[in-house]
Amino acid sequence: MKMEDLLKENGEWLKGTGASADIVVSSRVRLARNLADVVFPHRATSEQRKEVIATVLDAVAKSELQKNALVMNLGEMTSLDKHFLLERHLVSMEFIESGKEGSVIISDGEVISIMVNEEDHLRIQAMQSGLQLMDAWRLVDRVDTDLAKRMKFAYSRELGYLTACPTNAGTGMRASLMIHLPCLVISKQISKVLRAITKLGLVARGLYGEGTDPSGDFFQISNQITLGSAEEDIIDNIERVGKQVVAHEKSARNFLFTKGRKRLEDKIFRAYGILRNARIVSSAETLDLLSSLRLGIDLGLVKDVARDVVSELLMVTQPAHLQEMEGAELSPQERDVKRGDLIREKLRGR
Amino acid sequence: MFCQICSKNKATVHYTELSDNKVVEIHVCEKCALEKGVSVKPNFLLADLLAGLAGLEKVTTPKEDRKCGNCGLSYSDFKTIGRLGCAECYRTFKNELNPLLKKIHGSLNHAGKIPAAGDKEVSKAKILRKLRSELRELVEKEDFEEAARVRDEIKALET
Repeated sequence: MKMEDLLKENGEWLKGTGASADIVVSSRVRLARNLADVVFPHRATSEQRKEVIATVLDAVAKSELQKNALVMNLGEMTSLDKHFLLERHLVSMEFIESGKEGSVIISDGEVISIMVNEEDHLRIQAMQSGLQLMDAWRLVDRVDTDLAKRMKFAYSRELGYLTACPTNAGTGMRASLMIHLPCLVISKQISKVLRAITKLGLVARGLYGEGTDPSGDFFQISNQITLGSAEEDIIDNIERVGKQVVAHEKSARNFLFTKGRKRLEDKIFRAYGILRNARIVSSAETLDLLSSLRLGIDLGLVKDVARDVVSELLMVTQPAHLQEMEGAELSPQERDVKRGDLIREKLRGR
Repeated sequence: MFCQICSKNKATVHYTELSDNKVVEIHVCEKCALEKGVSVKPNFLLADLLAGLAGLEKVTTPKEDRKCGNCGLSYSDFKTIGRLGCAECYRTFKNELNPLLKKIHGSLNHAGKIPAAGDKEVSKAKILRKLRSELRELVEKEDFEEAARVRDEIKALET
């Protein structure tokens, strides 16, 4: 697989399938792992970091992961490429900004990705569409077990997997759900819900926030604690909480649909109208409008657009994606025009 | 909900903090979170928060600034950057780190995945050897509580 191939198709996790896919966009599980005998990346010399990359790549080459995978070194990537992968949730900001030796391995379909030499030697991630955290865990667990046959991970009986930051020690696992909660936002119940989630020891935050305002009504729920519980129990907890949040959003949707139907329809069809006609669209506006359109599809109001088209648009209208597609750097103004063109094309607007 | 610090912007960053041994919920806007040193990047770095937490922890600050024999990181380095230098640091700074880990996670006992060992019998023998030497050390140090725990572990492995 090549970098350009990523542009041609959405990652599997954007397909809009899986349980509660009308509200839960995606499930992600990542594991932090370190080689037992090498100092952590931020203390490592250039030589040591290269050795870690070689060890990991060698192990990957012998695993089932290798089939059709994309392997890239940070040093060989342009700034645009890096941001492109960041927008696809395949790498982190810390990773692309490190300026040191690092590699990324991306499996076919973007289900599994591994960052080598981020905060830890390995950050192994699995992404799934909808509410499928347990499946994502099984996938990432398998990769981890497979890799552990060819390298020794830093591990202690008491503290589990040892990580650069003690907040990740133990399971080294961070599991998260990306959830779309437009009606909890409209009905102003969102802060209550987020607060309740925080009380349960989980972290809740707005996604895609620009500046101080979260746009697009997308939120992320993840575990804070990584030591003292088994992976399955942590995931079970997040899934349970996730299901409750889904139920709250559903009842908010029902309420608004019965009590304020005209207003809701107006918001949705206005958004649809703008998306099909606008010539200049900023990324913040795009998020807001696509959020409304997605709600319209989920409520069965908008019937001629599929949910995965909205997911695709959320992805490809991001700055680095627009520029990768254009094959050139674009100014913010040029991007807004290109974004408008792309949205109209995908939604068969005017 | 508005930011608890500036009361102007919407609170978009939500987390819990430990203050005076009480868990306090914090709801702030991204701007104030940044000023507070809480990272709000897509991959929210708990390490940044942790550096603050470790800094507050006066009780556990060692008298002399010891360094890890393996990677050379000192505990004050850790407090500044919020990251340890190597796996060995967990042992070197055990006395300072364990209370911190306990605060963060509420536990000091890993209950999750155990990496599969290449050869079970060989690794069992290895673990037993290590445990027995640990037990000897603990008895010498008169840490009987910990020694009893290790002894039980040896018993469990032997049966």
